[in-house]
Amino acid sequence: MSSHPLTPPDQPAVCAHDLAAGYGESAVWSHATFDVAPGSFVAILGPNGAGKSTLLRQLLGLLRPLAGRLEVLGEPPHRGNPSIGYVPQARTLDPEVAFRGVDLVRLGLDGHRFGFAPPWGSRAARQQAVERAVASVAAAGYAGRRLGAMSGGERQRLLLAQALVGEPRLLLLDEPLASMDVRNQAAMVELISSVALERRLTVLLVAHDLNPLRNAIDLVCYVANGRVAFGPPEVVVTSEVLSTLYGAPVEVLVDSRGRRFVVGIEEETAHPHRHGPDGVSL
Amino acid sequence: MIAASGSASFSWNLVSDLSQMLSYQFMRNAFLAGTIVSVVAGVVGYFVVLRRTAFAAHALSHIGFAGAAGAVLLGVNPVWGLLTFCLGGALAMGSLGQRLRDRDTVIGIVLAFMLGLGVLFIALYSGFSTEAYSILFGEILGISTSDVVLTAVVGAIALAALGAMYRPLLFASVDEEVAVARRVPVRLLSIAFLLTVALAVAVAVQVVGVLLIFSLLVTPAAVAERLTMRPASAMVAAVAVSLACSWLGLAIGYYVSYPVSFFITSLAFLAYALTRTATALARRRAGRLGPGRTGPEYAGGHPG
Repeated sequence: MSSHPLTPPDQPAVCAHDLAAGYGESAVWSHATFDVAPGSFVAILGPNGAGKSTLLRQLLGLLRPLAGRLEVLGEPPHRGNPSIGYVPQARTLDPEVAFRGVDLVRLGLDGHRFGFAPPWGSRAARQQAVERAVASVAAAGYAGRRLGAMSGGERQRLLLAQALVGEPRLLLLDEPLASMDVRNQAAMVELISSVALERRLTVLLVAHDLNPLRNAIDLVCYVANGRVAFGPPEVVVTSEVLSTLYGAPVEVLVDSRGRRFVVGIEEETAHPHRHGPDGVSL
Repeated sequence: MIAASGSASFSWNLVSDLSQMLSYQFMRNAFLAGTIVSVVAGVVGYFVVLRRTAFAAHALSHIGFAGAAGAVLLGVNPVWGLLTFCLGGALAMGSLGQRLRDRDTVIGIVLAFMLGLGVLFIALYSGFSTEAYSILFGEILGISTSDVVLTAVVGAIALAALGAMYRPLLFASVDEEVAVARRVPVRLLSIAFLLTVALAVAVAVQVVGVLLIFSLLVTPAAVAERLTMRPASAMVAAVAVSLACSWLGLAIGYYVSYPVSFFITSLAFLAYALTRTATALARRRAGRLGPGRTGPEYAGGHPG
């Protein structure tokens, strides 16, 4: 499937060393050090506003590191890296736009190039690439429809196809499970992990909740309270690690099906201006 | 508004009608200008509708009004005033209002100020009412040969600019966030696009005037958007609709002594009303047959 040279097995897909992120002078989080081995599936978790998307923006080269070192696939992050497939939060797409799913996928292939696509030459190859990407997310049945006539999950699949059509090596997904019901979430996770396995992709996925992902992921990158904890979920999402991270007592409960629930986080930790006594489910 | 030669009478011999019509220089110029403007407005209009920038296009035409009025006051060809003010306005709007929520406010503020300027220019220039009338409502039958040449040059520039930014503009219009990540210069494109709209507006004002600009710049593209979702086909359809409106409008205006712009705008409106009704009926029928319609070209695809 992949025509590009494979990353040497010892080279991490993402390498962060004492990394800090933020806007202007103030850091959203700092002192993040971790390596993501190629082919890993990483969930980026944490409360709202903790800086999960900020990490993605750094990897995309849209935001410079405040401090520290960051490498993506062996090079410093740079905007327009063709080896990265990116799916932003779905709500940024205007659902009323008169545009077909396939055309959206197609933009991922050559939308960044100037001029218009010549109607000769590589037309068939482009068509094939789009069809392959659409088929790989099982969206062939509705890709010809208007974006507005699709469900959120269907649109999300086409956005994933758009990210895949350029044959990336690293996939960055920002809240792909948001506003989906449990069954759709499970299907989406299943799809992402099978596509990643087949294409040998490294996946970094921002999510609110660990539990729909727990059977698919290898690693968790937990962003909270200005700090980042990184490691396997059963190591990171524990009372000890999260308590250290938050600097306050946090309890992780594990139920009989292996689902993990984080309790005892005051809403204040995520939003310094608001108060709420409830526990946050991860 | 000039009404075409009142002596002309319609016969059912269309060939002789057409040759008689085109024997007049002003009719030849009108058809040429109408054709150029229709092509440019149809293509640019697709993006105006896709990007939801109809209000910006509307404002640009009013900014152009001030420019044209100023040019008349200075004794210069109004087209130059139109071009200068439209391009300046596009630059100002493009660089001031980046966030969508800001944009309408900024545009509205500039628009109001420019209309005010236009009123001042009218007051300063005595005997202005006919000039003002033709800027506001268009005077296609008064277009000179040199205006036609200028229209062709400006139109060609607008089309070339759109051709050069076609794919990234489409990307930025539909999926801005990914486009930014893919290194598409979204901000620059937004300004470049407004400048292109400014060119289209400047030439279209000559045909339908400031107040009726939407009939060529928005209505045909809105009709096209209902007919097809493919960008290229939609542009072709928009051009076809706007060509049909301006040609037919001119032909009717040649025989019936009412303003040509009235016929063009009415035809455009009619086209929209008919398309809207037809597509609504088609959708209702399709809905009754059941959901799950698929694009024909992907109906045979298999899940990976």
